[in-house]
Amino acid sequence: MSQTAGHPSFLQHHFSDAEQQRESAKLGMWIFLLTEILLFGGLFCAYAIYRSWNPEIFHNAHVHLNVYLGTLNTVVLITSSVTMALAIRSMQLGRRTATLRFLAVTLALAAVFLVIKYFEYSHKIHLGQLPGKFYTYDGIAGTNPHIFFSVYFLMTGLHGIHVLAGMATIAWLVVRTSRNVFSSEYYTPIEMTGLYWHLVDLIWIFLFPLFYLVG
Amino acid sequence: MNNLPSSSYLNRPQGIKSWLLTLDHKRIGLLYLFSVMTAFALGGVFAMLILLELLSPGREIIDADTYHQFFTLHGAIMIFLFIIPSIPAILGNFVLPLMIGARDVAFPRLNLASWYVYILGSLFALYSIIAGAVDTGWTFYTPYSVETTTSVISMTLGAFILGFSSIFTGLNFIVTIHKLRAPGMSWFKMPLFVWGLYATAIIQVLATPVLGITLLLLIIERVAGIGIFDPAMGGDPVLYQHFFWFYSHPAVYIMILPGMGIISELISVFSHKKIFGYKAIAFSSLGIAFVSFLVWGHHMFVSGQSELAAMIFSFLTFFVGIPSGIKVFNWVTTMYKGSISLEAPMLYALSFLFLFTIGGLTGIFLGALSVDVHLHDTYFIVAHFHYVMMGGTVMAFLGGLHYWWPKIWGRMYSEKWARVAVALIFVGFNVTFFSQFILGSQGMPRRYYNYLDQYQPLHAFSTFGSWILGLGFIVMAIYLIHSLFKGRPGGANPWGALTFEWTTSSPPPHENFAEIPRVEHGPYDFDRVTAKSTLGETI
Amino acid sequence: MGNRTTAVGHHILPLKVYLGVGAALIVLTAITVTVSFFNFGPYNLLVAMVVAAIKASLVALFFMHLKYDSKLYMIIFVAAILFLAVFIIFTLFDTLLRGDVEPITA
Repeated sequence: MSQTAGHPSFLQHHFSDAEQQRESAKLGMWIFLLTEILLFGGLFCAYAIYRSWNPEIFHNAHVHLNVYLGTLNTVVLITSSVTMALAIRSMQLGRRTATLRFLAVTLALAAVFLVIKYFEYSHKIHLGQLPGKFYTYDGIAGTNPHIFFSVYFLMTGLHGIHVLAGMATIAWLVVRTSRNVFSSEYYTPIEMTGLYWHLVDLIWIFLFPLFYLVG
Repeated sequence: MNNLPSSSYLNRPQGIKSWLLTLDHKRIGLLYLFSVMTAFALGGVFAMLILLELLSPGREIIDADTYHQFFTLHGAIMIFLFIIPSIPAILGNFVLPLMIGARDVAFPRLNLASWYVYILGSLFALYSIIAGAVDTGWTFYTPYSVETTTSVISMTLGAFILGFSSIFTGLNFIVTIHKLRAPGMSWFKMPLFVWGLYATAIIQVLATPVLGITLLLLIIERVAGIGIFDPAMGGDPVLYQHFFWFYSHPAVYIMILPGMGIISELISVFSHKKIFGYKAIAFSSLGIAFVSFLVWGHHMFVSGQSELAAMIFSFLTFFVGIPSGIKVFNWVTTMYKGSISLEAPMLYALSFLFLFTIGGLTGIFLGALSVDVHLHDTYFIVAHFHYVMMGGTVMAFLGGLHYWWPKIWGRMYSEKWARVAVALIFVGFNVTFFSQFILGSQGMPRRYYNYLDQYQPLHAFSTFGSWILGLGFIVMAIYLIHSLFKGRPGGANPWGALTFEWTTSSPPPHENFAEIPRVEHGPYDFDRVTAKSTLGETI
Repeated sequence: MGNRTTAVGHHILPLKVYLGVGAALIVLTAITVTVSFFNFGPYNLLVAMVVAAIKASLVALFFMHLKYDSKLYMIIFVAAILFLAVFIIFTLFDTLLRGDVEPITA
């Protein structure tokens, strides 16, 4: 595609101007986020029902989660949201090096989140605090305590997959940014990834108290 | 004299690669047309086999297990592979950008991706036939779907993947309608088919993710035994039904709403009269979309859900009748004192009016809690949803397909044979399914392989009907394919309609319009503007 | 610093907004964790959810720019939460009230 004065290289043929293209991308992204909220929604619904049926199991089981690691992960994810927002802001100001730096930090924090999660998971697997028929632990009072861990692993697992997907996208952004694709006029992919990343953070903001704090 | 334009989206660029990698919404619509119609034919074959088996009690052609697999495949293929993508992905894809004066949908790559995702999902679904076919019914109810040895995973994974295809289409349409309307096309200047697609798209993006998580949970439950739907492990099988119907009830409106949009176009154009109650029709689409999320529990009146929930769901179900009734009254009023021409698309629209009204009214019976307890899981249900889905959506789809056929290909089909096909389909449909209302009210349960002798005459009646229906579709396939090669050119605007897609040539050029059209009148201003039919010029 | 825009006229928030919101989120996390060590009985869940809702609103309004962008995005976001609420509440109508009119017998 050749770049002419009236038609920048990033503009697709069926849009009349860059603003229309950017707004379309943003609207599409928000609709995608809506589908994500409802995807997680099914699991939130399952949580609400099984907690309302088994309040004592949820209470007895949740004390086996490590509040300190959970809190640390919350702080890590919030910080990564800040750095993601700052990466977008830097590109709005045309500061490419700063954008690269913030994206790299975001990526690193996401990795830290998953590493901490890995330690939590392996501890649970070691103890046999697992979903359904894999549950072998016997230190929790009440019938069917595995229900708590079924919901816990489903929700944090799905969230973890979203963190992984976010990391892949941010890594791609790092490559694109270093290849000088983005500018203060065109930074839509960074902005869209930012929206996604904030939603991943937002879902964790609910998962953390539901599992680690009140159970 | 009319001739086909020398250069159109059909012949430029050329080559198989240019079709498989196309970003043109019109070509993607055609890719969908061929794949979805293949699924329709396959689902239809299963339907014919089921009904043939039911001709008399006992074994006719297949054993009971095979019968269970066939009705499951018929249902799953018709729902997930045919009827959900039918109108939005084929006709919506083709005409939506044309109708609002855009050069394409907002995200052409996503649009192509949706077709490939559709193909991938279909392959998984079809693989289940080879891998031992599912026998759970298309609803995959737990606990049976967890216990059965048939290939539930392949089929549900297929449906899960097909959900993404549906979401991509819905997302694309919402953004396209918001951002790519031609200058001057305000919300209330949009054709009503666009409103129908918009309401559909809202349901697609809101409800489909819940189907995704539901099927994912079912697969995990089956593979890993997490106990979430297993009562022995503290889980709840009825929860599966809540999850499933939170999607699948709104999904019924994913199927019918775009059909209603087509009917609004057809009734106005073929009555040559301004649509009555434009805003009422537009808003009733949104109303149906909204109410659709509040009534899913009416599928579960005998599942053991709480009495309060059943009462709330029953009460709310009656509200669906209001926006649906508004539409029917407006269509009938539009025809009043219009100069109605009974060409094939209009015959389908009239069939729709007749059949959908029966389907809708029986839906009100079934929404009443006490009546449903008697009719639940009988042939009355089967007849009801076939009147809505086939008598409603499929009739509208066929009407739309015939209406836009000359726009898609530039050529007309044989009107005479089209009328023969409408007659066969209308008669065949009623013979097949009206008998099922009676069967159901007499207590014949659905999904049964064998039955009492007293039901035999009506079952046989239903089977004969399916042969008439099948003949109608064969006739249609023949004259439609024939028209591709021998049909006479219909010109830009064979029906004298006023919406944008008829202002460009047939078939349209690659970029849809030489110049983006300007809005000079409303989509149905037949009282102010006359558009001459280009059909007469060809004779 | 308050009203900077990009080359193509997009609104840029000042640095201190992002840092301030980030700090507020950390403080709220500290509060909700601290509170969880005290038992308020049935109010535990309520307190935790109120704090989470405040945190989520901060993320949505500032990081996701809902406060400054077109209201359409706000409508989409609120609609998602609304329909999710319908899903959960209507399902609870069933699961919490089974056997209320006629007792369930095995």
